[in-house]
Amino acid sequence: MSSTNTGEAIAPTQKTIIITRFDPDKDEVPRKQEYSVPCEDNWKVLDAVNFIKDELDATVSHRWSCRMAVCGSCGMMVNGEPKLTCKTSLKEYGDRVDIEPLANFPIVRDLVVELDGFMHKFEAVKPWIKRAKEKAEDKAALHDTKLTFSQSAEELGNFKQFSMCINCMLCYSACPVVANEPDFLGPAAIALGHRYNMDSRDEGNAERNEIFRGEGTVFSCSFANECSEVCPKNVDPAAAVNQAKFEAVIDWAKGLVLPSPSSGGSN
Amino acid sequence: MEITRHDIVIVGGGGAGLRAAIEAAENNPTASIALVSKVYPMRSHTVSAEGGAAAVAREDDNLELHGFDTVKGSDFLGDQDAIQYFVQEAPKELALLENWGCPFSRNEDGSVATRAFGGMTTKRTWYATDKIGFHMLHALFQQSMRYKNIVRYDEFFVSKLLVDGGVCRGVAALDIRTGEYEAIVGRAVILTTGGGGKIFPFTTNGTIKTGDGMALAYRAGVPLKDMEFVQYHPTGLPGTGILITEATRGEGGYLRNSKGERFLVDYDYGVGNKAELGPRDMISRAIVQEIEAGRGLSGPYGDYVHLDLTHLGADTINAKLPFVRELAKTYVGVDPVTDPIPIRPVVHYMMGGVDTDIHGATEMPGLYAAGETACVSINGANRLGSNSLTECLVFGAAAARHAMEFSQGSSNGSDAALLAQVEEEAGRVENLRGRKKGGEKISEIRRELNAVMESGYGVYRQQDTMQSGVGAVAQLRGRVADLRLEDDSKVFNTELITALELANMVEVAEALAVSAAHRKESRGAHTCRDFTTRDDENYLYHTMAYHDPAGPRLGKKDVVLGKWEPEERKY
Repeated sequence: MSSTNTGEAIAPTQKTIIITRFDPDKDEVPRKQEYSVPCEDNWKVLDAVNFIKDELDATVSHRWSCRMAVCGSCGMMVNGEPKLTCKTSLKEYGDRVDIEPLANFPIVRDLVVELDGFMHKFEAVKPWIKRAKEKAEDKAALHDTKLTFSQSAEELGNFKQFSMCINCMLCYSACPVVANEPDFLGPAAIALGHRYNMDSRDEGNAERNEIFRGEGTVFSCSFANECSEVCPKNVDPAAAVNQAKFEAVIDWAKGLVLPSPSSGGSN
Repeated sequence: MEITRHDIVIVGGGGAGLRAAIEAAENNPTASIALVSKVYPMRSHTVSAEGGAAAVAREDDNLELHGFDTVKGSDFLGDQDAIQYFVQEAPKELALLENWGCPFSRNEDGSVATRAFGGMTTKRTWYATDKIGFHMLHALFQQSMRYKNIVRYDEFFVSKLLVDGGVCRGVAALDIRTGEYEAIVGRAVILTTGGGGKIFPFTTNGTIKTGDGMALAYRAGVPLKDMEFVQYHPTGLPGTGILITEATRGEGGYLRNSKGERFLVDYDYGVGNKAELGPRDMISRAIVQEIEAGRGLSGPYGDYVHLDLTHLGADTINAKLPFVRELAKTYVGVDPVTDPIPIRPVVHYMMGGVDTDIHGATEMPGLYAAGETACVSINGANRLGSNSLTECLVFGAAAARHAMEFSQGSSNGSDAALLAQVEEEAGRVENLRGRKKGGEKISEIRRELNAVMESGYGVYRQQDTMQSGVGAVAQLRGRVADLRLEDDSKVFNTELITALELANMVEVAEALAVSAAHRKESRGAHTCRDFTTRDDENYLYHTMAYHDPAGPRLGKKDVVLGKWEPEERKY
């Protein structure tokens, strides 16, 4: 494997980078524009887009920031597959690389997609620690005693993987259900709700399970497993959806035989 | 032109901004809190922090020790009242973060685990494997969603503070998606926009770190404090500058030179019998010295040394440093389980920033700042690793409490006066959009700025290059006024945003350059080849840089001492 640091620098390779262009004030429909880019051996796909932006065409619009695969900004379709472009080596592709905005999202402009729906889905699963007793006395005790919860390795392990989501939205681009049913809660949001359900500090699972039993949530999933395949952080949202489905059913079945606890507050 | 009113307006959605928003929302559930950010909050650069957050947690530790470590780390330029407040609040703030769901790594008994960090005399860095920033940011962001009185303005770029009668009363913000300006008005404003590492070419910072909040305050007449102090993190990946956490050394990693020697043993900076656990300024200098002595390695991205984790074994690396392994494999093609990682010092953090008091208040009534944007100062001339995330929490919360209090006693400004300011600002930026008559494009000027900053304000500095840098940056300020822009679209015009950011970067760079050239001593991260020792007699003060059309004017502010007397900083 060639390294970006040791050894000699390798001469750049010229590639044709094809960018989807769309400005709602000027274009009826998206179009494609080609750029010839001298790509260095160690470049990620994002480096080529940044080169275009800086040196060839400043009107290209895209999002990026950390360039270390943790901020989740730079998801794009690369030759038809959703990719985190700062983590994807350019040299894995041939002479022509087609870069499009993430599928299954409305386009704002060029490679920038709209996140409004995604953010609403996130909020819908109540992604915060819910305690049965809210919480003034907890807080007073905390400020007196620096109280933290105890959590075993096993308890942490129950949800840790599902807490690794960087919200890059690749899973929504890959999901065949989202493609047909845009209101589907979707992999990342379900994984996030499930992450809190599995957290030993949380007591909000009855409420979230009720959400999960609603329309367009866990039972809409067709188990294509595409979400887990494209996830750049190995969150395995498909496993989260599967587990969430099971928990929601168990929780419902318990409700049939046990008196229902009063449901929680509005937040 | 739309005008919306809130009790307070927070600019920046990272660790400090989200913590401030939550504190304000809890403090007064009927208050309206605007959270304005140029990126969705989960994209904020807090996300990239790796190693951990410091707060006293263990039996063998106490506030006095954390306080003194921080004062000594600051090379006695940190304010001791602020540091004492900081270490006292730190454990509560991290406990709150734990209560909000942050998946901290644990000891066997289920308590939160702590690890060793540079310049800290015992294990007090709370961690979540090696992704504390990511987990902290997401826990805060998700927690913030439960408060319906936090009103988010995602992807709004603030380009001007609204000041009326000498009081800060809101911001002029460009909605990036529509290209339209809005007046977001509040009776107090908190700046939490992070630092400005992108003025340098080689930095751990993400592309969004352009010093926006510093420039906003500075242009409004608020001084920037201690801007000469720039932290070089010892271990960045060559080429990209991607951060490899200090926790690698906290967990037992070694730095090795080209001969394979653990060279830090000879420098004697270590803390707690561990040569690799010195403070960042000293370790960075040691690496540069090794390279200058011919004991570095060289590659296409410059000279470097090795960070060796191979002796830790795959199990420890996977359990405690999995992100480091992923980053090294992805970005330099090295698996740290079997091979050493190439690293070199990299611009990481600005100790300086908007001058605030211990409550986050600036000189301007109604204007507050917290986090890397601010300079309280707990960091002085050199920040200790893992203090900055805690700083975001402690001072984000403090700024929110005091901003809320101020806002309840402050009157609204005049709508007409504020709208007039926003309209004027919108007109200015409208003239900039697609300004094809200009001279140079953004990337040319940015490259030149980066080159000036790297040659003048590195790990080691000297008078002649610092002085020539001052002139060069001043000249760039003139050229930024004559940018050539190609994109005349209103919708998501990132070229326009980048142009506004570049203007901010040049302001921040100029304050930094002038502050650095004036300080003729070596203290913390400001190390001069021609003034090699610390000079408490002449320079034990904070540097204050005031904006002036003719270039920054400098002033002084006393350092708050009182508990620990300055002494020679030896480890």
